[in-house]
Amino acid sequence: MVGSVMVVGGGIAGMQASLDLADSGFRVYLVDKAPTIGGVMAQLDKTFPTLDCSMCIMAPKLVATGRHHNIHLLTNADIINVEGNPGNFTVTVKMNPRFVNAEKCTGCGLCAQYCPVEAVNEYDERLTLRRGIYVDYPQAVPLVYAIDREKCIGCGLCENICQAEAIEYDQTPSEEKVNVGAIILAAGFDEFEPDTKKEYGYGRFKNVVTATEFERILSASGPFAGHVVRPSDGEIPKRIAFLQCVGSRDEKSNKYCSAVCCMYATKEAIIAKEHNPDLEATIFFMDMRTYGKGFEQFYQRAQSEYGLSYIRSRVPCIEENPETQNLLLTYETEDGTITKAEFDMVVLSVGLEPPKSSQELSTVFGVPLNDYGFLDWKIFEPLKAKEGIYACGAFSGPKDIPDTVAQASGAAAMASGVISGERGTLVEEKVYPQEIDVAEQQPRIGVFVCWCGINIGGIVNVPEVMEYASTLPNVVFVDQNLYTCSQDTQEKIKQAVEEHNLNRVVVASCTPRTHEPLFQSTIREAGLNPYLFEMTNIRDQCSWVHMHTPEEATEKAKDLVRMAVAKSNLLEPLKSSSVEVTQSGLVIGGGIAGMTAALGLAQQGFTVHLVEKEDHLGGLLRSIRFTMSGEDPQEYLATLEQSLRDHPNVHIHTGTTVERIDGYVGNFTTALSSGEEIRHGICVVAVGGQEHKPASYLYGKDERVVTQLEFEDMLSKGVKAKTVVMINCVESRDDTKEYCSRVCCSEAVKNALKLKEKNPDTNVYILYRDMRTYAFREQYYDRARENGIVFMRYDPETKPRLEKKGESLVLYAHDAALDLDFELHPDLVVLSTGVSPYDNSALSQMLKVPLDRDGFFLEAHMKLRPVDFATDGVFMAGLAHSPKFIDETISQAYGAVARACTIISKERIETEPIIAEVDEELCCGCQVCIPMCPYNARELDEEENIVKVNEVLCKGCGSCVAACPSGAAQQRHFRDNQLSSMIEAFVRR
Amino acid sequence: MYEPKIIGFLCNWCSYAAADLAGTSRIQYPSNMRAIRVMCSSRIDPEHVLRAFVNGADGVLIAGCHPGDCHYISGNYKTERKYVLMRKMLEQFGIDPRRLRLEWCSSAEGGKFAQVVTEMTEELRTLGPIQLGAGD
Repeated sequence: MVGSVMVVGGGIAGMQASLDLADSGFRVYLVDKAPTIGGVMAQLDKTFPTLDCSMCIMAPKLVATGRHHNIHLLTNADIINVEGNPGNFTVTVKMNPRFVNAEKCTGCGLCAQYCPVEAVNEYDERLTLRRGIYVDYPQAVPLVYAIDREKCIGCGLCENICQAEAIEYDQTPSEEKVNVGAIILAAGFDEFEPDTKKEYGYGRFKNVVTATEFERILSASGPFAGHVVRPSDGEIPKRIAFLQCVGSRDEKSNKYCSAVCCMYATKEAIIAKEHNPDLEATIFFMDMRTYGKGFEQFYQRAQSEYGLSYIRSRVPCIEENPETQNLLLTYETEDGTITKAEFDMVVLSVGLEPPKSSQELSTVFGVPLNDYGFLDWKIFEPLKAKEGIYACGAFSGPKDIPDTVAQASGAAAMASGVISGERGTLVEEKVYPQEIDVAEQQPRIGVFVCWCGINIGGIVNVPEVMEYASTLPNVVFVDQNLYTCSQDTQEKIKQAVEEHNLNRVVVASCTPRTHEPLFQSTIREAGLNPYLFEMTNIRDQCSWVHMHTPEEATEKAKDLVRMAVAKSNLLEPLKSSSVEVTQSGLVIGGGIAGMTAALGLAQQGFTVHLVEKEDHLGGLLRSIRFTMSGEDPQEYLATLEQSLRDHPNVHIHTGTTVERIDGYVGNFTTALSSGEEIRHGICVVAVGGQEHKPASYLYGKDERVVTQLEFEDMLSKGVKAKTVVMINCVESRDDTKEYCSRVCCSEAVKNALKLKEKNPDTNVYILYRDMRTYAFREQYYDRARENGIVFMRYDPETKPRLEKKGESLVLYAHDAALDLDFELHPDLVVLSTGVSPYDNSALSQMLKVPLDRDGFFLEAHMKLRPVDFATDGVFMAGLAHSPKFIDETISQAYGAVARACTIISKERIETEPIIAEVDEELCCGCQVCIPMCPYNARELDEEENIVKVNEVLCKGCGSCVAACPSGAAQQRHFRDNQLSSMIEAFVRR
Repeated sequence: MYEPKIIGFLCNWCSYAAADLAGTSRIQYPSNMRAIRVMCSSRIDPEHVLRAFVNGADGVLIAGCHPGDCHYISGNYKTERKYVLMRKMLEQFGIDPRRLRLEWCSSAEGGKFAQVVTEMTEELRTLGPIQLGAGD
């Protein structure tokens, strides 16, 4: 067994899986075909449904992945061979040359400025040009340039200008053999290429663009610097049409639904509308599939607040007016009217396809693909490709970012489950020398001013800045460097610290966001505490933005250095304290989510307590009799329960509730109703949800009206009925429950198919609003129609009515598609009523975690932290989070396991060094600070009447410090006196 | 020509990153602002703003993440509430509240950041140097 994992694909899925593994004691090799990681999310402008800036939320993960000492990036690489068995694979990786020495390249970008060759910029979706030597985007990781040898003319300009001497034209491919215990495939997806759909004129009509192209057009860093203009003439479009299902739900291209396009089109239309409020945005769709958490509300807001128009029609073709280059759409609405409309621009909502490498990956790794070319998986093993090889993200089917991230964590848990015995064997801990005690010393400051080739030195007079720095108080050493970040300069800095007894170091160069950790590590190697370091940015925020005013730039650089030196005088060494971790878990809720999470934790080698309020395990899964794909859920449930009962690490507490939870991450104490007290380091909330019981459609008044789950139970025993009518969205997507319950459309299709299978002569009607059989579930919707199940769409304004006439049930329905009234005489009416949360308020208060407005638990971040709470050490999975399918619940439960392992795999957890503290002498116990803290890290010590900071929970934002009226609260490294010193040094005296 | 001096308190996660992106994109803007990086805009209390004006700043910029984007969940909302109060407070001190600006810049908005600094510099040029105690 080998304690390392290979992750294939460096998009958001690959990064998340790598980080979870590396943070829980495994070495990771992250392989990407591209020269840099980041994947598709790096191209997005914003993300739905919160409209978060994509790069803002992703950049910290990029940096963390790039800098993690246990993640080894193998970019620009292909996998050519895999040998061995689970626990011990040998993977041969072909490293393609980038013709730039990755060790030497500082990412300064000078080469690209001088390169005379232009090439199509793939990152900007071919809408702009880049140079022959390039990096995809400014925040890329690793920030190492690459030469596009197909375009390069070999002029040698880059080689001449690169002062780091990083250009290596003679690089050749090399092979590397990597030994790993498990493998995760996170190869992502490729887009449907709409060129094949000639009727839409993509490629011929300039103003027909794909959604990803439009995403770049929307982006502030995109081809038009965030101005939404159309490609043909740079005019601001006043009418934009979005065409859904291009390359999805289509006999001629891909039959499956791409799962994300309805939401991304709505998002893009909203953002475009924010750019230009007069914009008329129209979305042409078949079914609006806004099925995820918060999606339906987003769709409603898109109409009510932003005034987007939605037209239910599949547009057959696009024509162009050659003079105006406007686009003409002729389409038929449901009532049969043919309408013509003109637009300035058309966005094609192109579907997701398997990655181009999928066949190759399937062959090399020996993993199965489904009919569509995506990875094949089973409902109860959604993350497994085969033994020892796991998969996550869009490679196993179209899915959005939160589902991808949950799966990525889940795959990390599966992979590390195989090699849990090897945890910690291959990770490296860096050893630093004993720290010099500087407490009694006068500040002795060394200032290093960087040329960054000519990036800084070409504008800012570096020698003058250096000279000036030497005149500042307590500065005893100054130096200038061609590249302060290069390896030889690190040695020079260490030498200077030793020779001149420096106890503070200031670097004036690029941005601390990328380079501060490097310099902090350097001074640590010289025996200084890393927080005795201050950095100021005289490149990104000075020489690069004041290129035409070199004197002003030089003055600004001096001011910035003076401010940094002023603060450095007051810097203090910071230590993170550490607290012991109880290396065990508590899982609340014994349904499929809780059972899976408990087993996952146990397989990782941790003791776990599983608490279930009912007398038996299984939760809602006990009511599921069969699955769409034909598996037996009860059989699976029995096996899972047996595995739990057989596992020595698992303690099952049925018929038990949680009475009280005290403590914080790493150290919780929970009192159970049985009187037992449990100590645990993490907690997984998996309390599930329930089928909503309706008050309408004679439910409870006539026994021929049942819910889908009740019907499923009847089906398993045998149903006798001539006509069965199912009504979807009962008390869903309306005032009772605003949200969509995600599973009901598919549940109705599943039960309808089962009924037809058992009784082919039964007439089955499904009355629906939008059929939301997303992703591969579309095939069952297709099959249902083939099997004669009648689908009838109704509008919320003309809902079906059910009446009892004598002994018969009569259902009046208005078919919105045909605009006709129908009268049906069902023997049985089945209501799709959706999922409701339990009353979670007590648990939410006990754990101090929030609920969303629908009563489900609210995650830390909708996109990137789907199983975490904002409170550290508490995670969630399953219906407690939102309605979802079995496979999604299992993925999320394993996701919670991986996230939990990043904590309980450690004996001690270290606290953040930059956190808030309280001067107990000054604190008067007014408690103004307490509600300021979003992490519940502040608490009143009632005995002493002062507020104390829980160092484990504090994240160091400083909100509480600004609120403190007495100055008792301070933020380490950003103390009032430190900030004031910079403010006071702001003007040269 | 009179050149105003501006202190910019930039949050680490969004607006400081926006300022960096303006640099990597080589978007040019006036050199009047000096940045002080803080982890979150909510760290800034009225005292820092007053201290900046007392120490010679003609303008103070506070920049954070867009509403909903805060790295610390809700810090920018707290900043916004304080900003309203700070403007009132400045008036009471006889300082033109236009000298204090709060802006949201995401890490993809290098252009917006440059534009904010440009506009602010221009506005302060027309306002002229700060005159404390003289009813600015």
